[in-house]
Amino acid sequence: MNEFISNALMLIGAIFFLLSAVGILRMPDLFTRMQPATKGTTLGIACTLLAVAVHFSDSSVTARAIAAIAFFFITAPVTAHLISRASYFVGVPLWKDTVIDELRGRYNPITHALDDLPSAQEQVLVRDAERTSDES
Amino acid sequence: MIEFPRVETIVFALLIISLFLAFVRLLMGPSLPDRVVALDLISVTTAGFIAIYAIESGQPVYLDAAIVLGLITFLSTVALAQYIERRARDE
Repeated sequence: MNEFISNALMLIGAIFFLLSAVGILRMPDLFTRMQPATKGTTLGIACTLLAVAVHFSDSSVTARAIAAIAFFFITAPVTAHLISRASYFVGVPLWKDTVIDELRGRYNPITHALDDLPSAQEQVLVRDAERTSDES
Repeated sequence: MIEFPRVETIVFALLIISLFLAFVRLLMGPSLPDRVVALDLISVTTAGFIAIYAIESGQPVYLDAAIVLGLITFLSTVALAQYIERRARDE
């Protein structure tokens, strides 16, 4: 019974990994590509480590596997957020059929601040220009 | 009679195919963040590969290698994201 559960979890994990690899190859732009890459690998590594825990059915192995699953569940969203934030700053192009970009026009690329009104954005730009001229 | 392959063998084949597909994206990737995402995917898939190898060889010690690889992946991806951001700021 343990063997059957372990084999099934291994297969499910491998299918998750395969789906995320297909997604990263087929998706049209970076931000849609990150979605299968993050979720698929998180679920794939969780299933794989659970298969290891079930297969060995030993307390120390199970504890390590659960700690590793918790680690992957915490770190995967953090890395996805950091990469998407950095690539939005760099200006990676969105897909041509993207429906909505809520940050466009409300976001100051120089100060990295959210601005509702364009006049406030201009004020920030002027203030930054003055500050840099004062320093020099 | 045809002998049915072990489940570990099928899983290894699926993981190698997914490693190959992610490697194609690593080579193609039009921008640097695309390559970073592909590298992240390759590293986590390798961690899963090591975990399956722990089952296949019957040695639970390999689980530690998978955990360490996941840790290094996290740190390297954070460092590369910082690098992407700083490179854009310097230009």
